[in-house]
Amino acid sequence: LKSQGVGARLVRKEDDRLLRGRGEFVADIRVAGMQDVAFLRSPVAHARIRGTAIPPHLREVAFTAADLVGVKSIRAVSGLPGFKVSEQPVLAIGKVRYVGELVAMCLGPTRADAEDVAAAIVLDVEELPAVHDMLEARKPAAALVHEHWEDNVFLETFVDINSARMAEAPIKVTREIRTARQCMAPIEGRGVVATWETRLEQLTIYSACQMPHIIRTGLAECLGLDHGQVRVIAPDVGGGFGYKGILLAEEVALGWLAMRCGHPVRWIEDRREHLTAGANCREHHYRITGYADHDGRLVGIDCEATVDSGAYSSYPFSACLEAAQVASILPGTYDFPAYRCRTFSAATNKCPILPYRGVARTGVCFALELILDAIAREVGIEPHELRMRNLVRAEQMPFENITKKHFDSGDYPQSLRRAVAVIGVDAVRARQQRGESDGRLIGVGLALYCEQAAHGTSVYAGWGIPMVPGYEQATARLTPDGGLELRVGVHSHGQGLETTLAQVAHEILGIDVAKIKLVHGDTALTPYSTGTWGSRCMVMAGGAVAAACKEIAQRAARIGARLLQTDAAEVVVRDGYAVAANGSISLAEISSTWYLRPQDLPSDVDPGGLEATVGYKPERDSGTFSYATHAAIVAVDSEIGDVEILDYVIVEDGGRLVNPMIVEGQIYGGLAQGIGTALYEEMPYDRSGQPLASTLADYLLPGPLEVPAPRLDHMETPSPYTQFGVKGIGEGGAIAPPATIANAVNDALRPLGAELLCSPITPRRILEAIAAAGGRRRS
Amino acid sequence: VKPVAFDYQRPGDMASAMVLGRRDDAVVKFIAGGQSLGPMLNLRLVQPDLLVDLTALAELKQVEQTDDALVVGACVTHADIEDGRIPDITRGALPAVARGIAYRAVRNRGTIGGSLAHADPAADWTACLAALGASVLIRAASGRREVPVEAFMVGVFETALAPGEIVEAVKIPKLSGSARWGFYKVCRKAGEFAHAIGAVLHDPERSVCRAVIGATERRPIVFGDAGAVLGGKKGADLAGSLDEALVRRTLHSAGVTDPIRQQVHVVALRRAAAQAVA
Repeated sequence: LKSQGVGARLVRKEDDRLLRGRGEFVADIRVAGMQDVAFLRSPVAHARIRGTAIPPHLREVAFTAADLVGVKSIRAVSGLPGFKVSEQPVLAIGKVRYVGELVAMCLGPTRADAEDVAAAIVLDVEELPAVHDMLEARKPAAALVHEHWEDNVFLETFVDINSARMAEAPIKVTREIRTARQCMAPIEGRGVVATWETRLEQLTIYSACQMPHIIRTGLAECLGLDHGQVRVIAPDVGGGFGYKGILLAEEVALGWLAMRCGHPVRWIEDRREHLTAGANCREHHYRITGYADHDGRLVGIDCEATVDSGAYSSYPFSACLEAAQVASILPGTYDFPAYRCRTFSAATNKCPILPYRGVARTGVCFALELILDAIAREVGIEPHELRMRNLVRAEQMPFENITKKHFDSGDYPQSLRRAVAVIGVDAVRARQQRGESDGRLIGVGLALYCEQAAHGTSVYAGWGIPMVPGYEQATARLTPDGGLELRVGVHSHGQGLETTLAQVAHEILGIDVAKIKLVHGDTALTPYSTGTWGSRCMVMAGGAVAAACKEIAQRAARIGARLLQTDAAEVVVRDGYAVAANGSISLAEISSTWYLRPQDLPSDVDPGGLEATVGYKPERDSGTFSYATHAAIVAVDSEIGDVEILDYVIVEDGGRLVNPMIVEGQIYGGLAQGIGTALYEEMPYDRSGQPLASTLADYLLPGPLEVPAPRLDHMETPSPYTQFGVKGIGEGGAIAPPATIANAVNDALRPLGAELLCSPITPRRILEAIAAAGGRRRS
Repeated sequence: VKPVAFDYQRPGDMASAMVLGRRDDAVVKFIAGGQSLGPMLNLRLVQPDLLVDLTALAELKQVEQTDDALVVGACVTHADIEDGRIPDITRGALPAVARGIAYRAVRNRGTIGGSLAHADPAADWTACLAALGASVLIRAASGRREVPVEAFMVGVFETALAPGEIVEAVKIPKLSGSARWGFYKVCRKAGEFAHAIGAVLHDPERSVCRAVIGATERRPIVFGDAGAVLGGKKGADLAGSLDEALVRRTLHSAGVTDPIRQQVHVVALRRAAAQAVA
């Protein structure tokens, strides 16, 4: 059984049902009397609503904002100074501010019937100029998304550390870098089933969400209910990535509808809704200058970053988390003396921005690592040499960087050295000299990042958003047969927590993981938690499970001591037994004594019994810092702009790995999404604010043939602050691929003088860059 | 996205299907594999009153080989062709092209006749069959007629079919033993619709040399006698001497004016020609 504990490559417990198609997702839930909802959504990006005409015979099955008496708008206010507040109505009031915004809620026996109702409503609007671009949004002449604001900026931030020193630097490289707006595209979209339970006087919301407790808080506030009147259940959920980490207007609307109609209602997001109304992440713009000396030592980074935050501030992360985070994490894994960064969270007529796997890091890594390659070309050294000269070194750990981030541990240069060796940079240089028989151009690129994870109270109190994580709690409960139940408030939707948290409990108590049951995703059954986000579950819930199991171990030891007729101090719990010098007794025996034969218990038994809820925080709550070097070799077809990834290497340090196989799965999945960001995924908007990729034929996602099998190399530097030394790694795989692949493409295109500074790197952008470089050479 | 309510019929014989197709009191759509029509129904881009399912018509699944041609029933699936369940008289061209259509799940249901009738300019069959010199056999109330593939497609999602007419089969000429072909498709990921297609058939024994540019935003551009565009030479020089200026001019007059799109089409055609001499 030892092989089941921390570090074991255990097959995932949950996969038996998930891989056989026996999971239960929101769309699988059937409740008697349930009817379907379809929404009438705004067909235009910015308009005043003159009228919403509902045919009289549909008046009982179609609802607008006027019907939602007493329902409050969604407000997510940041405490950062200068933040402008937006009110997101559950159904549009007066104006619509993005294509896809909810205008009317329509009910029918089936979804098709509900869509018929929506199609019969006549929406009369007066179109307004659309704010379709974040840079245009900042110009004085721009239309206002929120007319009572004086501009379209949710928040502007500014940080300046020794920027005067940059003037001395002999090397100065400036670039304008942009990342496209994306859809997160989980396999399962969002979905809600709402029922009003008369017996319990309780609204039960089944929702495909990552943070049921936060949703409950938000729902109760918007609907004016006591928290105790709301129960949120997140059943099996098919991927989150941040898309399911917010309070939905749809959740509030269906909650109201279930109470109004008295029968269950459901809404299942379809792919068209997802693509057109849910393109909500990743859109950044950087004007960035890197300063260095002639040896390639960084002097400073100067940056103006704009994030397209969309029309509203979403709950709970707010409209400014992403841009404000840019300023604090842009310095990456490097040590340099001067830094200046101004950020803008721009309001536009697009759907509200949400934090997607990696949050701002994917864009930040793209901007920083591209500018580093540009500096390396300017200085005339290998990109990895430049990085080696500027990385935070192992002997500096723990290290407080220029923006006061506390890097807990690690050896960044070693991960870079290994990646350079494994990908074989020297061999690529030789191959480039020879040329390819098929005429393609070969390039090698790399990128590093570090990822703050499981950051807690001290960090989030500073953001001042509606949610601040505190102690993470877990309940551990021995069952009468010696099994174990774990109850946690985080949610598992692909992370494999049913397995890894059982491994943690096994490590403490030695109970067979087959007999450990994880209960999660139900506010009625689990301790309060801010939920699953920020790569926090293994650190926080893992720590809490360990703490609760240690408490159970102590209590079991005391009962075991009595049954063994020895002193409690002589007893240790291991391998599922309470063990003393004079013998041992199983946890099952101890458990059945507590539940079934209390007459045999010691008089000083802990009355809490064999169930404990314990809270946990790491010794420092400033976060763990996992990190990695990604390296790629690509072949670019300069005639048609095609990019093929020939090799991909990831050297990653996630601290102590509870289940390396699951970590690898997380990295593969993140890499696939990162390749999507790098090469395929983009939601273009036209000048009127229309999203242009409304099906998966237009919005390209990488498939199995577009994602190579990466070569992984694990380093395991334990965090000094967490239980077992674990670090959060859930997001990392998605952070570095766009920068890595772009650097590799730019390396390949170097003979042509072309450089790509924008994601995704499409064939057209490559051909345009080549054409532009050819034009420059000719002129 | 769910379709509007519609009626559904699956006739067992051609005569009944044609009667249903001629109803003028209703918007009638024929459906075969449904791989293109299905999504369009769900998106409500098509809102029929009646859907007539052709998959029960045995004659549409027949395959007939003559001395000089193969007649493939309209409801033969891409997978039937990919897997070799119909004879190959094209020296591997048909199975190779079938293998590159969308995904296997689509190929299992999607049909060759349905693809032609849907008339998506980016579809593989239109370009491939035009290069092979195939024709569409159309069943009308008044009898049968035969239209070359490149003339069958009139425009984007538009065909030469009159109301009530049904694509019955595709007639594909048999290639000679020395024929060579090339098919080059540009797309960003496996399964995606093409951004450019080049298709070339060089069959000197039959004195046939055809070249096709597909996936423009209209019907395929066919060089029925491709000698000129391929440099007026035969054999091994075929590809190296592609008259790119002529191809660009042809593209320009077909409405493809963007230089980058022109370039990709030129490259696709050149690479198809290279395959045909390799």
